[in-house]
Amino acid sequence: MIQVFNFGIATAASLFFPLHPPAASTIAPQVDYLYYFLTAFTLFFTFLIFAFIFYFMVKYRRRSEDEVPEEVKVSIPLELTWTLIPTAICALIFFWGSSLFFRNARPPANSMEVFVVGKQWMWQLQHANGAREINELHVPLNVPVKLTMTSEDVIHDFFVPAFRVKEDVLPGRYTSIWFQATKLGSFMFECAQMCGAFHSSMHGEVIVMKPDDFAHWLATNAPSQTMSSAGGQLFSQLGCASCHQEDSSGKYPQLAGIYGHQVTLRNGARATVDEGFLRSAIVNPNSEPVAGYSVSMPSFQGQINEVQLLDLIAYIKTLGAARKEAAIQ
Amino acid sequence: MSESAITQAGRPILEEHFETLPAQEEARKLGMWVFLITEILFFGGLFATYTVYRELYLPGFTQGSHFIEVKWGAINTAVLIVSSLTMALAIRSVQVGKRKGTTLGLLGITMLLGVVFLCIKFILEWRVDYLHHHVPGINFDYAGPHAAHVKLFFLFYFYMTGLHAIHVIVGIGILLALSYLTWRGRFSPKYYSPIEVAGLYWHFVDIIWIFLFPLLYLIGGR
Amino acid sequence: MSVAVAELATRSRVHYLNESYGVKSWLLTTDHKRIAILYMVSITFMFLVGACAAALMRIQLLEPAGAIVQPETYNKLFSIHGIIMVWFFLIPSIPAVLGNFLIPMMIGARDVAFPKLNLLSWYIYIIGACFILYTLIYGGVDTGWTFYTPYSSTYSNSHVFGAAAGVFIVGFSSILTGLNFIVTVHKMRAPGMTWFRLPLFIWSLYATSIVLVLATPVLAITLSLMAMERFLHIGIFNPAIGGDPLLFQHLFWFYSHPAVYIMVLPAMGVISELVAAYSRRRVYGYAFVAFSSFAIALIAFLVWGHHMFVSGQSVYAGMVFSALSFLVAIPSGIKVFNWTATLYKGSNSYDAPMLYALGFLGLFTMGGLTGLFLASLSIDVHLHDTYFVIAHFHYIMVGGSVMAYMGGLHYWWPKMTGRLYPDKWARFAAFTIFIGFNLTFFPQYILGYLGMLRRYAVYPAQFQALNVLSSAGASILGVGYFIPLVYLIWSMRYGREAGPNPWRAKGLEWETASPPPRENFEETPIVTEEAYAYPTRPRAVRV
Ligand SMILES: [Cu+2]
Ligand SMILES: [Cu+2]
Repeated sequence: MIQVFNFGIATAASLFFPLHPPAASTIAPQVDYLYYFLTAFTLFFTFLIFAFIFYFMVKYRRRSEDEVPEEVKVSIPLELTWTLIPTAICALIFFWGSSLFFRNARPPANSMEVFVVGKQWMWQLQHANGAREINELHVPLNVPVKLTMTSEDVIHDFFVPAFRVKEDVLPGRYTSIWFQATKLGSFMFECAQMCGAFHSSMHGEVIVMKPDDFAHWLATNAPSQTMSSAGGQLFSQLGCASCHQEDSSGKYPQLAGIYGHQVTLRNGARATVDEGFLRSAIVNPNSEPVAGYSVSMPSFQGQINEVQLLDLIAYIKTLGAARKEAAIQ
Repeated sequence: MSESAITQAGRPILEEHFETLPAQEEARKLGMWVFLITEILFFGGLFATYTVYRELYLPGFTQGSHFIEVKWGAINTAVLIVSSLTMALAIRSVQVGKRKGTTLGLLGITMLLGVVFLCIKFILEWRVDYLHHHVPGINFDYAGPHAAHVKLFFLFYFYMTGLHAIHVIVGIGILLALSYLTWRGRFSPKYYSPIEVAGLYWHFVDIIWIFLFPLLYLIGGR
Repeated sequence: MSVAVAELATRSRVHYLNESYGVKSWLLTTDHKRIAILYMVSITFMFLVGACAAALMRIQLLEPAGAIVQPETYNKLFSIHGIIMVWFFLIPSIPAVLGNFLIPMMIGARDVAFPKLNLLSWYIYIIGACFILYTLIYGGVDTGWTFYTPYSSTYSNSHVFGAAAGVFIVGFSSILTGLNFIVTVHKMRAPGMTWFRLPLFIWSLYATSIVLVLATPVLAITLSLMAMERFLHIGIFNPAIGGDPLLFQHLFWFYSHPAVYIMVLPAMGVISELVAAYSRRRVYGYAFVAFSSFAIALIAFLVWGHHMFVSGQSVYAGMVFSALSFLVAIPSGIKVFNWTATLYKGSNSYDAPMLYALGFLGLFTMGGLTGLFLASLSIDVHLHDTYFVIAHFHYIMVGGSVMAYMGGLHYWWPKMTGRLYPDKWARFAAFTIFIGFNLTFFPQYILGYLGMLRRYAVYPAQFQALNVLSSAGASILGVGYFIPLVYLIWSMRYGREAGPNPWRAKGLEWETASPPPRENFEETPIVTEEAYAYPTRPRAVRV
């Protein structure tokens, strides 16, 4: 019933102008479905209230100045009805909206990773193989893509209307979203968080390509270095390697295989080593020191930018992968 | 206008928009309570923010806390508690109709203790913090570990104790005005609501300090 | 000054407007009615400033590339529009104008509990407004009314400090007004005026005052911390120097969500009065309407996180805030149903204030229901910061609160001035506002879902048609607001004498002369009946 009704509204209205942006991701139709249900619900209740008002205003209009209206007793069952029915409907919408959100909160394990750095007023995007783009993002069709995002300055927000995804891009930490494109073509992305003078010009395009075309694009745009090899170079340039890789005295944490593992902090808490943990360990090493090491590390805040940080983290991640592979063999 | 017209000792002053004197007194008392609730939220917002950062940056905040002297904080706590006692005695003294001198004496001690509190705060604490280059925005200079967080601690320290000190100063001002009115014989066992309401305020300022002291001075043990 | 009074008393009765003359008699008044008039003039002026900013914004958006100003200027326009409309118009509108005038009259008191404090509130408001106007004249502020860090505290080159100071200061005005109202309602009620005989307007303003007193201090703390970071470069909210940007948002919305209800609860109170007066019956489900105000005030403090669904807060926090946000919709729904039911078997008239009230019912319903979209997590991810949000809160704030303010102003205008306005013009204006409003803001719902973002000085070309429609509607809306400004001022001199009770309404305020004397009532009224005790005839028994 509702489906037919929703479909009816959607088609009738779209004869005049579009009612929703292109639905080009796996979650877009699900979001639209809930949206049209809510639209139908809203229109129904608004018209219902309007109809009652209209009817009462006409039927019970004042016919003379001295008119005395008829007594009406307050009915408790009626009060309960219009309390409980809306509560039930709200509960339904809540579960619908939340379960949809919850199901899509975590990116699939096999997602392709892309790294996003926002700054006033442009988007820098980087693929794992080192290919970089500005205000453009090439992705393959039907492959889940996870964006790990951060900002160089103020809060931005990465929004792709056609994919129905949006998340703030904060300085000093990583946030992430994911999507799986289901349509070929190009779709705009915009900055959704007021970030200064040219906030409204901070937009770009997601270009969805066939996987083969994408592989080709990636290969032709690949720089000489992948993210992790650029990170490896930084690792030795900045002197990280001398303590964290070459030293075997046990005074410094060794980083091979550390990514994805749990460590114990000096204050006794446990923490999982993820991108955010590594980021703060580099930028702000003494905020959450790992137990068992007494030497304090110099901070690299201000010495490397967000893109370099992402490279370094990519490199540290490969250290782990290399060890795991070795263990399997 | 109407205040100067009243000269008769202890004559109640009923403002014209109130029906009865008890109604006026109750209104004043409720007004002060509502004001104090606002104040709780005012300090509460600050306490909440402070607590969040204390959790996030515990090492830096512990470090910062070690730079300020528990001794003075503790002495000041005692000073304010005693002043609350003398304030309560002052109210009691008007209530039961003791001599004007007794009330004035008790109000005087209360104010004096307020001044002692401020002297310890400003001269023995803030001035020393200044000499040690601990004042953010003016001369903060500390290069040890967690410098940014120590600085944040000191920002909160000055903001919270400064805001509290402003309240103490306002309180002393109110008591000064009430002492003058007491001296003029304005209050009696029949009419003493201004002193009672000022007492509420004074106790509140005291209680805020009782929260501030452990929050700021006693982080992470000594 | 008494000479002038004596001279006039020979011509007409002495009332609060003519008991004394001269600038001083107004600027030093402690009469709640005169203070209400002072507020009315000041907020009308601020409304005009805010409306000019809105008009320029709508002109700018006629063209995708921006029709008139540079993006920097556009950012300043929407910032000043938001700041003025929220803190200098909507929050003081109904409480400080209608509330100030009516609370003592409705409960049978001679004044509010603390008249001098009341005057002080107005002066604090004026000082705050001066800061804002100073900011505006000397270059403006570009952070939006939300002052998000670290943009406001570090990166913005505009007059953030002046604007934040203005908002900080005006907060104390709100707090003192709230304090005054709470004490007044508790302690100044006339003999016989029990809590359950209070008009619903009083209930809702009482709930509003509680929110004012509890929420506003937190805003003051938040803004002061932001200003300190800006001045002293200490990392409070800017992560680059060791702060946490999300903490600002938590603190800001802890105030600003309840602030939404500071703006809409008084409007609900006005609507209760209007519906009762023009259907000549007691509001249906009085107790339900009264208590729903408190339910709203309470839950309002627990839902701030719904402004942060996409800010990176945890999934579980999002779900809790979403559930609570749905919950806060229920008491609003109860009110709408009860108001509608009041019309059933009423003696319903079509006077202008009633038209505003009916407009409120429709627009508020629409605004409230579209709020459910935004409370719903997965839809909000898409709609957050789009024009859908803009449309939603304008339906609540303009379609709801401003409609109610206009309705209330028309309803009590004869009481305030002693004069009647031309009813035909008033009805025409109400109609124009309703049409203009819907034309302006309905297209914005669609724009929002299509992906048009708020605070955009330039926008993708495919959104132009709907933007032009919206701007066209705004011009009609502007005309709609202009008409009452003219005939209300006209009526002060040329309107017909209203008499004490032109609408034959119930309520203590209608039992005294219009305009009322300085002490409101010749003698303190003694209340013996319920609110809205309109006569009814027994139910017709069908055979
Ligand atoms: Cu941006
Ligand atoms: Cu909200």
